[in-house]
Amino acid sequence: METARFIASRFLQSVFALFCIVTITFFLARLAPGGPFLDEKAVPEHLLEKMNEKYGFDKPLVVQFGKYLVSLVRGDLGPSFGNKGYSVNEVIAQGLPVSLLLGVVGLGIALLIGIPIGVFAAAKQNTATDYTLMAVAMIGICLPTFVIAPLLGEWLAIRLGWFDVAFWEGSSAWVLGSITLGLYYSAYIARLTRGSMLDVLNQDFIRTARSKGAGPLKILFKHAFRGGITPVVAYLGPALAGLLGGSFVVETVFGLPGLGQHFIKAATNRDYWLINGTVTVFAVLIIVMNFLVDVVQAWLDPRTKSKG
Amino acid sequence: MDPAPLRLCVIFFALAATVFQTSCRKERKVDIATREKILLLGNGGEPKALDPHLVSSVGDANILRSLLEGLTTFHPSDDTKHEPGVAERWEANDDFTEWKFFLRNNAKWSNGDPVTAHDFVYSYNRILHPEMAAPYASMLYFLKNGEAYNKEEITDFAEVGVKAVNDHLLVCTMERPTPFLPDVVKHTTWLPVHQPTIEKYGTMTEAFTDWQKPGNHVGNGSFQLTDWRINAHVKVRRNPHYWDAENVKPNGINFYPIPNSYTEEKAFRNGLLHYTYIIPSNMISRYREENDPSLRSETYAGVYFYRCNTNQKPTDNADFRRALAYAINQETIVKYVKMGGEQPAYGYTPPSEVGYKPPNVIGHDPEKAKAFLKKAGYESGEDVPEFTVLFNTTEEHKSIAVAIQDMWKKTLGIDVKIQNQEWKVFQQTLFDMKYDVGRAGWIGDYSDPTTFLGMWQTGDSNNYTGWSNEEYDRLLKESSFARNPEERYRILAEAESILLDELPILPIYWYTRVYLISPDVKNWHPLLLDNHPYKHIDLIPSGESGKEEG
Repeated sequence: METARFIASRFLQSVFALFCIVTITFFLARLAPGGPFLDEKAVPEHLLEKMNEKYGFDKPLVVQFGKYLVSLVRGDLGPSFGNKGYSVNEVIAQGLPVSLLLGVVGLGIALLIGIPIGVFAAAKQNTATDYTLMAVAMIGICLPTFVIAPLLGEWLAIRLGWFDVAFWEGSSAWVLGSITLGLYYSAYIARLTRGSMLDVLNQDFIRTARSKGAGPLKILFKHAFRGGITPVVAYLGPALAGLLGGSFVVETVFGLPGLGQHFIKAATNRDYWLINGTVTVFAVLIIVMNFLVDVVQAWLDPRTKSKG
Repeated sequence: MDPAPLRLCVIFFALAATVFQTSCRKERKVDIATREKILLLGNGGEPKALDPHLVSSVGDANILRSLLEGLTTFHPSDDTKHEPGVAERWEANDDFTEWKFFLRNNAKWSNGDPVTAHDFVYSYNRILHPEMAAPYASMLYFLKNGEAYNKEEITDFAEVGVKAVNDHLLVCTMERPTPFLPDVVKHTTWLPVHQPTIEKYGTMTEAFTDWQKPGNHVGNGSFQLTDWRINAHVKVRRNPHYWDAENVKPNGINFYPIPNSYTEEKAFRNGLLHYTYIIPSNMISRYREENDPSLRSETYAGVYFYRCNTNQKPTDNADFRRALAYAINQETIVKYVKMGGEQPAYGYTPPSEVGYKPPNVIGHDPEKAKAFLKKAGYESGEDVPEFTVLFNTTEEHKSIAVAIQDMWKKTLGIDVKIQNQEWKVFQQTLFDMKYDVGRAGWIGDYSDPTTFLGMWQTGDSNNYTGWSNEEYDRLLKESSFARNPEERYRILAEAESILLDELPILPIYWYTRVYLISPDVKNWHPLLLDNHPYKHIDLIPSGESGKEEG
């Protein structure tokens, strides 16, 4: 019963947060100078008026907002001015799966690289191996994706010919994108894993296991691993959200048709409905992730409920 | 040991091995494409639409040129010539106020319907219709009453100067003499659309409908739309119903929107493209040093200049603007800042072969600049009221602005500020005339000097300098009544002299197109407007000997 009430309250909070995001985005986008019809070749005044009338931009902003909310509830995100002939729903339907693929595979790569490194470094705490691994991870964190991505393209695609350096069609350029994202996050995960593994390794039950004669590998994987990995699991939600939102650079460098490009281009094009649409979708993703993490954590640790 | 990490390792290596296997290939994509005669083109940004009545950008036009064909069409190697399109031949009356286009009997839409003169009337009604609110409708103001209809001063399209006398004869009556109409009708805004298709997916004036999507799109060009994925590609393939299908050389074209020029250059080196839309300017010298034959650099009908706001101090004073213009060392800018082989703009209209001789009077002359500054009433540059050069945020525009800032400081002693703004903010600032000096660029829409000179007439929507000159306006009007091209060009040159004397604009350089092209691509000739008719372009593996067509 208490859990149900907790979930319900978290759900309501999420809906309210989403409403705030949609409202703020709508009005902020309109505050920016310029508009979707402004271009290098100027559109004559009478046509500009006609266009504003045609797309309802001549009405008071509040009326437009009301209309937008109604269509949003119906699931209609409106037309895209930068991609005429496509609705925002269609633009997102094309872009989101690409971003999800990039993000999920990237996260997989981050875990596959980050966790073993973290565990290994924890096992070899305060040795040269530990310091080297953590230094490499630190470099990984400091190197931005716009440095790693072109380097990977140059080496793995152009020099070695393992991948295509760009494009979506039947190509492998997205793998390079995922590797770029994965490398970046693997550094975080390695440090996180190392820290939490060390916490666990210093606990009493490990000492008990050791005194009972368990070998170092058994200690590491059978006893310490599950506890040590829990913070990493909690980190997955925010990490995936970050991967999705942060894929813009990777999408640009490898010419991939994900949602990240629309997210930026919509803003520079003043493509109002697409700005609102992409922000809403990202907001929903992040809110859902956080909601799930909260619920899972509450289920794992009853103390969170009273705090929440 | 817990088997989970082991399993993960196995999965990882299996995945890596699969990726490795599938991606190791012996043949490059361009080689396969050359063999299959599919042209792979980089095309700048994502097309805003595939509806000729909604678009204006160069990239959009590049795609539409493959899907739709106008009355006349582009010549593969000569900008001044017109190839017959849907019209087999055309003729004008003596004073060029009425043009007759004789349409071929065998022109077909990609669904097999015949292309008739009525299709053109319908299309021109659509783009000019006030409800359509087409952004570039003004390209059809050449037609009699076109502007009046677009501005709702008249409501009956029958009064607009375009008539289908029968299925194969289209008569255009002009607002004023238009000797260059066969050139204008090649522009995207004059391309026809298929009425049943438009109306299957919406009304005539509805803008955002599904008619432009693959599967729905019906065109009359040498290719038809087969695939369009946003930010990924647009693919067109041979249109079997095209009237000249047997002479269409490529089997298809893939257009790739690549907004990042570094990505595009890498894709070219990786064998994914036959042609790049641009090349990052800092990579040009490397290709030049290596004498790489894929690098091409060609004159392009475009001009880079600064607009001056003539409504406010200090740029309201023509002598002051002259001082600014003569203090700019254009050679230095093209040689050390731009570095793409551009030409210094000694005038405004870029050089071309149409026969127009623009007055080339602008150039770096520090003494003249100083004299004009004095004449403008300033003893030294320090007396000049503060003003700012505005540009949209890119490194390139910034470098040029910094160079000019330095030139004005050194020659005239003026401390000018430079400021960048995000693209749309910048556009709005210019549009609202809230700037002092603003960056600008202009690319010709058709092969005639009026595509450059027309915008400086009083009240033109692209003027926004506040500049207005009665004599200039009069000469531009008069030019259209000229008896022959020579006289016409002479009058236009006279008008341009006024523009270059009053200098509401400061010319900086004329554009050059620098790009990479695979040696497999044949018949891709330098064109001032860069509008290549794709049907003539052939793909022959460069290893084999292929002869170039003239």
